Formats: sequence, structure tokens, C-alpha cells
Amino acid sequence: MTETLTSAQVPPVAGSASAARTSLWRRLVKNPLGVASLAFLVLVALLAALAPVLAPTDPAVPSAVDVLAPPGGDYLLGADGSGRDILSRLLYASRLSLLGGLLALTVAAALGITSGLVAGYYSRWFETVSSWVAGLLQALPGIVVLLAARAVLGPSIWTSMVIFGILLSPAFYRVVSAAVSGVRHELYVDAARVSGLSDERIIARHVLTVVRAPAIILAAGIAAIVIAIQAGLDFLGLGDPTRPTWGGMLSDAFANIYRAPLMLLWPSLAIGLTCIALALLGNALRDVLERTSTPKKRRRGAAPATVEVRSEPVVVHDELPGTGSGEELLHVDGLSIGYDQPDGSLTTVVEDVDLTVRRGEVHGLVGESGSGKTQTAWSILRLLPPGGRMVSGAIEFEGEDLAKLSEKAMTRLRGRRIAYIPQEPMSNLDPAFSIGHQLTEPMRVALGISRAEAKGRALDLLARVGITDPQRTFAAYPHEISGGMAQRVLIAGAVSCNPDLLIADEPTTALDVTVQAEVLDLLRDLQSEFHMGVLLVTHNFGVVADLCDRVSVMRNGRIVETGPARSIFADPRHAYTRSLFAAVLEDAEPRGELTTVPVATREGAHS
Amino acid sequence: MLRRLVSGVVLVGVLSTLAFFLLYAGSGDIARTILGQQATQETVDRLTQQLGLDRPVLSRFGQWVSGAVRGDFGTSWFTSQPVTDAILSRLAVTLSLVIGATVVTAIVAVVLGVLAATRGGVVDRVVQIGSVVAAAVPGFLVAIGLVMVFAISLRIFRPTGYEALADSPTGWLATVTLPVIALSLASIAGVAQQIRGAMLDALRKDYVRTLRSRGLPESRIVYEHVLRNAAGPALSVLGLQFIGLLGGAVIIEQIFAIPGLGQVAVGATARGDIPLVMGLVVVTAVIVVVLNIIVDLLQGWLNPKVRQS
Repeated sequence: MTETLTSAQVPPVAGSASAARTSLWRRLVKNPLGVASLAFLVLVALLAALAPVLAPTDPAVPSAVDVLAPPGGDYLLGADGSGRDILSRLLYASRLSLLGGLLALTVAAALGITSGLVAGYYSRWFETVSSWVAGLLQALPGIVVLLAARAVLGPSIWTSMVIFGILLSPAFYRVVSAAVSGVRHELYVDAARVSGLSDERIIARHVLTVVRAPAIILAAGIAAIVIAIQAGLDFLGLGDPTRPTWGGMLSDAFANIYRAPLMLLWPSLAIGLTCIALALLGNALRDVLERTSTPKKRRRGAAPATVEVRSEPVVVHDELPGTGSGEELLHVDGLSIGYDQPDGSLTTVVEDVDLTVRRGEVHGLVGESGSGKTQTAWSILRLLPPGGRMVSGAIEFEGEDLAKLSEKAMTRLRGRRIAYIPQEPMSNLDPAFSIGHQLTEPMRVALGISRAEAKGRALDLLARVGITDPQRTFAAYPHEISGGMAQRVLIAGAVSCNPDLLIADEPTTALDVTVQAEVLDLLRDLQSEFHMGVLLVTHNFGVVADLCDRVSVMRNGRIVETGPARSIFADPRHAYTRSLFAAVLEDAEPRGELTTVPVATREGAHS
Repeated sequence: MLRRLVSGVVLVGVLSTLAFFLLYAGSGDIARTILGQQATQETVDRLTQQLGLDRPVLSRFGQWVSGAVRGDFGTSWFTSQPVTDAILSRLAVTLSLVIGATVVTAIVAVVLGVLAATRGGVVDRVVQIGSVVAAAVPGFLVAIGLVMVFAISLRIFRPTGYEALADSPTGWLATVTLPVIALSLASIAGVAQQIRGAMLDALRKDYVRTLRSRGLPESRIVYEHVLRNAAGPALSVLGLQFIGLLGGAVIIEQIFAIPGLGQVAVGATARGDIPLVMGLVVVTAVIVVVLNIIVDLLQGWLNPKVRQS
């Protein structure tokens, strides 16, 4: 049944509902399902209101000769089991059903919203008590309570709807108190309080606007449930038999299902369509209200929306003796990455990037956040977030273009040949599985080894990455270990299948300074031990100096300077590279937008 | 766990106390209602005495509680059958219906939710709008529609009746198929929406990218890792749906003439058989408490963090 609409099904509360009512209305009108639903509901309400005028006969007058009369003639929709005009009864029944529904909805909203406001705004003991009462009310199936109430109070639609309203009020209560306690600690509410506004004014002005949208959405859903349950009670014969209701008509028709099956159609349509219209209206309202009040989420790591289109030549340093000679593992050529926008346009976040990683070599990809270095790393693994795609260029891994590989072949390559160490250790472990499971599963899939063998290897790896009690960590869950340990686990996972190329995306950024150095040491050791090529994404030139043989500096989605690490450290030529250096020297991490360099100096940098 | 159990017992206690006093406070002259207007005052008085209604309500409550803790809820005023027997003989019927519907809900909702979350596009739109509509249509309308089509027109299933699972598994299946479909449609819609949302959330998590980078096939990531992480929120909704199904069964049993608790409830309600109504309230509350404990245990199994605390 549909009576369990709770906060769980209600969408998270949208931010401010400051959108003006008029524009909301206009947007709703543009939603075809919303308009159709609204039109239908208005029509039903009008028919109900005008029932005394429209109904051809008195709905309560039976006629022995016309029992189950077919549609047509005197009775447009036929007559029921007592020879009463179905159309008239249907019209009068809508009055009762709609008013009953409205009553339950009003009670639920008044109780739920008031208590929700108080609980959310004043909190403390009231919240504890009312949450407990809300839980109590939701613990029982509503219909059982209604049945019990009917046993005592008799068959009155009004009393049962009031009781049902009380039973449904927790839905409003939960949504409203959550919304209010969310907004209570907002700065603008604090500001209002400090400026001496009374609580009533604050609630009226700031809090009610937040509550409006979720409450409206909820109301539509609740209304559908009320209509359904009310019809259900009447269908069971527990309603007031003296007045026509949709459920009562359905019950009468069901009793005559073999003789006049068509009779079932009319009350079914009335109940079903009203419920569907209410649900679709709620859905449309949700679309309209939430799309307007939640700003589009910025993708993590996505570059600023606009990329400098003007291309400038890349500063390329000459190879030094002993560099640039090893086997080319990865060759990225003219890589551009774009994100499809809702309006159909494409936002380019990486443009025309060239990169080479040789076996046994560490290539540092340096730049501030949003420069496109993480996007570049993900695109090599073909793991760009939804909406992102490689627009042009080639990514050759040992001579094979990864961009043209089938998804299956790419999956085979990942882990075994190209591995990945993420930036944030805790969010990159699946919280639902043990460390051991997460380490052994890829080995068993990629290398086809047995469970026992994988476990042995995993324990060795855990010891290798410096975890003192591998057995315990193996059995632990992610939330039971520290961030530094988690990063070691992720590193162990990355090298577990002997990859040729390791892509490390800021592997130390999220760690404590002391742990950073240890993890860097570990990476260096593993790199030479496994003779891997490494693409190391970082914003920190200290890390580069520590680890890298080769450096590419990225800015606004482009590479501005590249070459052997030693040459770049000795002679940074691009002004941006120099400003990154300066930032390291001043011991400040260059995270935000750096001071822009006048175009003239930039031009001069590579002359 | 112990805290859960205690709070469950408290819940049952509070609910039955509330119900007891509300039921007796709301009823007028009970013996008169039972016997009708024609009965003489003498017989009414005799019945009042017989039922113990002449004693103060607190002492009646004390008696009820002392019986209830031993599993004795008194006898029905109308059939003289012990309440415990009347309920227990029907409980299995309703539970088989509701548990069947819950299992169907879980399976179908997972399939639909996963499809909608991973395929996107048209599949997603259809599942979304479909589940909004399906969640809105009352179960008894679905039931009537199913009876019309499959029992009356096509004659594939019997329109009414019930056979116990223990007596005849095939007979049980034949009689509960339509009721279970009617019951589960709305809950499938609710749970599928929840699974879709939770899957989409989980798919955006960082660890999914890392799992992909380890070379695990997409199907394994979706069904093992993402689904397991999405299952927690969906399970909470499934628990609420179970309570809803319990209520829905009352009406569905009536349509298919299934001799379950729902029929007992409707009969007891219409007659004002308070001992029976009380028994039903307690049984429902106990079912809800047990259900919540099961949901908690499953949550712990799904989520190691919950297990610990």
C-alpha cells in the first residue's frame, strides 16, 4: 500500500526557496505532466463543487426497477446495485472524498509543520519527545489504527480523517524539522538574531521560506495516500454507508463484478486518476522546485569553465645526458578533454597536452588545482567522470592507442598494466568491505590466482608498504584504520598486480606532513624495485624535487613547460613555473589562483 | 542490541496501554451494543458482569496485562474463541502473503533500480515515471484489475480462496500470486526509486573509480560493491514498506477472500470486539518491533560501521 510515505522518500531539502511564486508557477506550467495533473485535479474539484447542479438525480434515491441498469438512457453511466444513478453518486462522492482528503491533509500539515518548526528551531527536549512520538505514530500500519478507531468511534469519515491526519503528521514533522535545523545555524539566521529580530519574525521570514518547497511537494504525496486509504476504508464497508463515496461505490460494484463489471470502471477511474494526478503533480513540483534552488554541482577537479584559447608555445628543455633514452611506456599526444554541458556546448578542460613516460622514470605533472592535471591522469585510465570525454589526441601505451581499445581490453589493462593511486585515501576504499577483500579481489580477477595465494601476496604487500601488523590490517575495515595506513593500503593495491605504469594523483596531499615523507620514500623504493614508469600528479615542487626525473608544468589545461627535472630546477623559464617555485620557497602551498603574470613578461619568458 | 530490544518492549507496552484506554474510554455501553436494542436491561447487566465490564478500568487493565504477558489476550466477545487462537490461526496466512510480497519487492526493485541507475536515458525515465504512478495507485485497484483480467476473463487464476503453503505449495502459489502482485506493486515502486537514488550516489564515490582502476569488471563493481553500499538506505525503505504491506493486506485479503488477519481485523472492527482488536494491535506492534530488529541486524551485516557501534 501507499501509506508509508516517509522522510526517506522525500527528497533532500532544497536550499533557499527564494524563487518567486510567480516564476515557479510559470515553470510548472511548462511541465506537461504537471499541467495535465493540475488540470485534472481542478476539473475534479469543479465537478465536486458543482455536483448539486450537475447531478441528474438524487444520489440516494434507489429504484427497484433500475437495479444494475446499463449505461445510457436515463442513467448516463448506468445504475448501481440498488438502482441509484451512478453519475450522480460519483459526483457527490467526489465532494466527500476531496473534503475528507483535505481535512486529513490540513490536520497533518498543521500538526507536522508546527511541531517541526518548534523542534527544528528550538531543539532541546521538545525535539527528543516529538521525534519519539513521530516514531511511535509511524510504527503501526495506519489502517490498523484506523480500524481500531472505527471500532470505537463509529463510521464517520470526518473523525477517521482527523485521526489519519494525526497519523500522517510525522511525515511533515520530519521534513520540516530537518529543513529548519539545517537552516538554524546558517550565518544569515545568526545575523538576523544578532540584529534583534524576534524569533517569530525570523521564523516567518527566513525559516518558512526554506520549509515551503519540501512541504508543498510532500503535501501532494500525502494527499494521494489519504485518498487511497480513505477509499480503502470505504471499500471495506467501514465507512459511513449513508453517504456516497468512491470507495463505497467500488465496494458495491465489486459485489456485482460478474453481473455488471463495467460498474467498477467509474469509481476505479476516479480514485486511480486522482491518486496518479496528485503523485505526478508532486513529482513535477519537485522537478521545478529543486532544479531552481540547487546550484549545479561543480565536478571535483574540473577546471574553471573557461580555458585560455590563445595557445602559447610550450617551453621545452633539452634532454640532458642520461635522460630521454629509456623505452617509451606512455606517449600522450595532443590530448584534449571536454565536458558536455546541459545546453549542448562543450567545456574544454585540457587542451593539446603532450606527455611521455619512460620505463623506470618518474614524470611529475605539476600545477595548481584546476589546471587539468587530474583530468589528464584520469583520461589515461579512461576513467573520466560522466560527461567528460577525450575530444582529440592519442594516448599510446606501449604503442597501442588506449582511446581506441574496447572496454573489455581496457579493463584487462587496468590494474595489471596501468595502476592508479588516488589522492584522498579514506574515500577511495569501499567502506563495506574489509581491506583484505579489497586487496585480494583484484589480484584474483586480474591474475587468476587462488584465494589463499592472493591472501599470502596481500599480507606480503602490506608488510612491504610498512604496515606493522599486516594480519590485523588485512582483517580491518576502512573506518578502522588511519589515513596514512589507508594510503599505504591503496599503494599496496596499486602495485599488487605488478603494473608497468603507475599513475599517482597527489598521493601525499591528504596526509600529515610526517607521513608524507614516509609515503614518498615508499613510492620511490617501489618504483625502482618494480622498475615502473610513474606519472606523478602534484601541486608541490618539493615532491617533484624529491622524486621526479622529468617535469611538465600545467596551467589552465595546457602544458607550459616541460623537460628533465634538473634543467627545470636549474633554469625555470616560464614565468608561471617561476611563480610556483616562489610559492614553494615561501613555504606556502600554491593552491588557489596565483597572481597573474602580465602578458609582456610571459611572452618574454620563452623568447 | 539489548537497547533495541528494550525500546521495542517499551514501544509495545506504550502502544497497548494507549490502545486499551482509548478503546474502552471511547466505547459506550458495550453490553448493550453487543446485545442490541431489543435486549432487556437484565440481560445487558448480566453480560456486563460476565465480561467484567462492571469492574473499574484500571483493574481490567491489570488483568489484561497479566494475561497478555503470558500470551493470553482473553476471549472474543462474539465467538467466545480465545483471542490468541483466533490470531495465531490466521497469522501464518497474512505473514506468508506479506513476506512473499516483500521478497518479490526486493528482487524486482533491485533489478529495476540497478537498471535505471546504470542504463540511464529512456530506461531511467520509464522506471522513474512508472514508479511514481505505480506508487500512487492503491493496491486494491490493482487487485480488482488483476481479478478482472486474470481470474474472470482469462481464468488463469482463481479469483478467491487460499491454500496453506504447508498443505499444497502449488495451491499456495496459485492462490497468492495475484494478491502478492497487487500488494507489491506500490512497494516495488518505492524501493526501486530508493535503490536508483542510492546507486547513483554510490556510483559517484571515489572508491568506485579506484575499483575500476584495479581492473575489476563493471558488472562486479556494480553488483558487488555499489549495490552493497546502496542496499542500506534501500533496506530501511523496504522495512517501512513491510509495515505498509501489513496494512495493505487487510484490504487485499478482503478482495481475494483470503482468511488472514485482515479479515479478523475487519470483522472485529465492524462488531466492536475490543479484546480481538487489542490482540491485533499488540500482534502488529510485535511484528513491527521484530521487523525493526531484523532490519538492524541486516544493516549491521551490510555496513561494518553500524556493526561496530
